[in-house]
Amino acid sequence: MSEVKIIIDGKEVHVAKGSTVLDAAKKIGVDIPTLCHLDLHDTKMVNQAASCRVCVVEVEGRRNLAPSCATPVVEGMVVKTNTIRVMEARKTVLELLVSDHPKECLSCAKAGDCELQDLTELCGLRGDSISGTAMSTYKKDITPSLIRDMDKCVLCRRCETMCNKVQEVGALSGINRGFNAVVSSAFELPMAETVCTHCGQCVAVCPTGALTEMNHTWKVVEALADPTKTVIVQTAPAVRVALGEEFGNEPGSIVTGKMVSALKAIGFDHVFDTDFTADLTILEEGTELLERLENFLEGKEGPSLPILTSCCPAWVNFVESQFHELIDIPSTARSPQQMFGSVAKTYFADKLGIKREDLVVVSVMPCLAKKFEASREEFAVDGNPDVDLVMSTRELADLIKQMNIDMEELEESEFDNPLGMSTGAGVIFGTTGGVIEAAVRTAYEVRTKKPLPKIDFEELRGFDGVRVASVAMDDVVLNIGIAHGLGNAKALLTEIRDGNPRNIHAVEVMACPGGCIGGAGQPYHHGDSSILMKRQAAIYQVDKNMPIRKSHENPAIAEIYEKFLGKPLSEKAHHLLHTHYHMKDKA
Amino acid sequence: MAAIIQQKEEKFKELEQYIDSLPDTKGELIRVLHKAQGIFGFLPEEVQRFIAKKMKVSTAKVFGVVSFYSFFTMEPKGEVDISICLGTACYVRGAEKILTELKKETGAEVGKTTPNGKFSITGLRCIGACGLAPVFTIGEKVYGRVTPEQVKDIIAQYK
Repeated sequence: MSEVKIIIDGKEVHVAKGSTVLDAAKKIGVDIPTLCHLDLHDTKMVNQAASCRVCVVEVEGRRNLAPSCATPVVEGMVVKTNTIRVMEARKTVLELLVSDHPKECLSCAKAGDCELQDLTELCGLRGDSISGTAMSTYKKDITPSLIRDMDKCVLCRRCETMCNKVQEVGALSGINRGFNAVVSSAFELPMAETVCTHCGQCVAVCPTGALTEMNHTWKVVEALADPTKTVIVQTAPAVRVALGEEFGNEPGSIVTGKMVSALKAIGFDHVFDTDFTADLTILEEGTELLERLENFLEGKEGPSLPILTSCCPAWVNFVESQFHELIDIPSTARSPQQMFGSVAKTYFADKLGIKREDLVVVSVMPCLAKKFEASREEFAVDGNPDVDLVMSTRELADLIKQMNIDMEELEESEFDNPLGMSTGAGVIFGTTGGVIEAAVRTAYEVRTKKPLPKIDFEELRGFDGVRVASVAMDDVVLNIGIAHGLGNAKALLTEIRDGNPRNIHAVEVMACPGGCIGGAGQPYHHGDSSILMKRQAAIYQVDKNMPIRKSHENPAIAEIYEKFLGKPLSEKAHHLLHTHYHMKDKA
Repeated sequence: MAAIIQQKEEKFKELEQYIDSLPDTKGELIRVLHKAQGIFGFLPEEVQRFIAKKMKVSTAKVFGVVSFYSFFTMEPKGEVDISICLGTACYVRGAEKILTELKKETGAEVGKTTPNGKFSITGLRCIGACGLAPVFTIGEKVYGRVTPEQVKDIIAQYK
């Protein structure tokens, strides 16, 4: 690719043709502030709306100021990023944005994480220099997973780009015009009535408090303070490799032991691990895979291949609303969160000798769709949900701080038993490729009755949006498809629906870019996608450090089958650990 | 009733045929919406959902376009549709007062239709007849240099 030479603030820089002025500036350490712009390189998300005009620069020979995020470099260009004209324009842009923004910064859910606030601070905005009576207002929309407060929207369109271009869900669009312009749903329906999958990636990229999660922190505090309740907690695999970021640790720090200590200090009666039910999922889903493989090979009646993983609740929502043709293909296994809730409120409640109503199951998830999943009526018994409350990784960090706990000073401790014992296979559920690798580790050994020559399936790992690899299991070769990000999943699923030319037998889908490590409940990445890679590396490190790395070798899993469930896919297992899907026709 | 349902089905069929006749639906959303409004008179949710499905775009996107352009309407127009100019020339010559009278006499609001479907009022920005300001039209008929006092009699002719 040919290079272009330009001069920015007196410094010469060589960049590839087609780069933007913003890219070029970054290369020589000129940090032009941005607001609407977002470039998540590794997930191919680029929001280039050029709508906010915060990043304007002066270009010699050009009459007006140029938005650096959307201005391509041209040979010999001379750019100035810090003239008084630029600084004044930027300040005016911010003043105008702030003039139409609620002044609720002290009590806003995004306080401290708000990119608009960071910018006003950076540019030294003081007082209300522009004020008027005209304020754009819009109804609040509250779903089980997220809250839309569009009064705080700056119309950057990141959510729209994420929803339509990356996830390809199509729940959002800019509507109306002028002061009434807003990002909303079709016919301004509540999000819960649209094709929204609750993946929450819009929340993950929103620069302000316009999109935030439905917060359950205080409900958890209330449950803990209720002497009649036994409160237990489960933590998802991806939480332990991201929580540390909220306490100033490097991305990719593994804080499992300290997290467990913090949860005990908060006052949970038992601290358990979703990794345990991830292992249980493998036994159920892996057995289902083998059963369907036999049907496939012998041309028998009944469910056949391909099989799709069903751990990701946003993915399930996507299939239910937009892939009706494939509704019979996903595994019927519930997600690890829901298997945990189900087992906790039966097996564990019995063990404690208490009623299910007196047991409160709290989850800590990297995900916002999990909040929606927990609210699905099929996951409740007589109105009592299997999982009562779902906190995001961010909410847990807030709760730890509110409880006056110093993470740094905590000793490490271990999960409680029996629902806290897990394997390396359970933990890799947290990254793209992990669920299917865990399933293959077990399916291989169960089918061939031989130990795996090598536990690590490098061919299933990586960060490409769609990956296809083959795994030999003695006489059969299983073709495995992996997609992360719903847009990539849509592409792979369309291929399978339209004839399956690559003969794919099993598919793993995770709705969020990177898998659960990039979930919408994780600490904000603020556009730095290298953070996701570091979390992924940490997940594989945790797996490596585990003494047991195959789900079927987990002794606590063997015990629960022996004492309670019988065997995988037994009637009891079907009743407690499986589900069914419904087609939904939504706008 | 059966006749109305059949009529509606025919309208959807006409729209479907039109969309199918396009060599490529990409980039043709506005054209299709124009056609649909021509057929149905307005663009209700049902029609927008149909277009989205047919053209393989999200319903949110279709609604985004419909809500952006003032030409598109999701409200059925009244039997008597009054278009009043609220452009600068008409405005300074008292269009606001005319509008108040129109609303009073018809019971309709700007952009809305009366519940009985009789009257609707559309606010426009300049119809290119500034010499006649203030001006409104009913169907093909143009009423120029109107005074608030005349409105009652004009509307009475349509009641």
